[in-house]
Amino acid sequence: MKELKTEALKENLPEVIAFLDEQLEAADCPMKLQMKLDIAVEEIFVNIANYAYPDGTGTVVMQVEMLSDPPTVEITFIDSGVPYDPLAKPDPDITLSANERQIGGLGIFMVKKSMDDMKYQYLDGKNILTLIKRLVIT
Amino acid sequence: MTINKITKDGTMTAEISGRVDTTTSPALENELKESFDKCKNMVLDFANVEYISSAGLRVLLSAHKTMSKKGGMKLINVSEDIMEIFEVTGFSEILDIE
Repeated sequence: MKELKTEALKENLPEVIAFLDEQLEAADCPMKLQMKLDIAVEEIFVNIANYAYPDGTGTVVMQVEMLSDPPTVEITFIDSGVPYDPLAKPDPDITLSANERQIGGLGIFMVKKSMDDMKYQYLDGKNILTLIKRLVIT
Repeated sequence: MTINKITKDGTMTAEISGRVDTTTSPALENELKESFDKCKNMVLDFANVEYISSAGLRVLLSAHKTMSKKGGMKLINVSEDIMEIFEVTGFSEILDIE
């Protein structure tokens, strides 16, 4: 398992994506899945950067674990910010017209749609969110 | 991300290349905003767009709304991977994609 600890700031997004891509490339992750995983990680990281620490800033830990049978990646985000369960958020109505569309919630929705599974728990004052994706193109 | 804009006969065509993400979307937004008053139609050439996150979708939705009061905004040369993102988010129903 590889781990990156960084400040929850949007400016650190390139560092976070580079760290993830390094692990995915080492595991021969198909490009198509790499894009989906990059998007998912961007959405979650930016969400934490924007909302977890309203009174300042704090840290976020990202853990990337590669499992082999079946080939799967598990990406876990841990922050000590305000409790927030993204899985509890209702999905946006994607059938509305352009003028009616609410743009909020779209990022998390994209993550939910592209991952195979997601788990959230709030433990010892920490948000722990895990994204799970099988490394095969279906 | 790089943007190359060409305006001809009231149509502004923007060739966008690279990643449209949280980091680069503000630049795209500024470039499009700058052209709103200077053109009637907008064409976004997505041939070399490799990646788009919700930050980029937000910019597209806002530009689409502004341009729909005029001639309109059209996306061309959208790759299969990017199209999948538009479909999942319902953007394929909102945007004019050729």
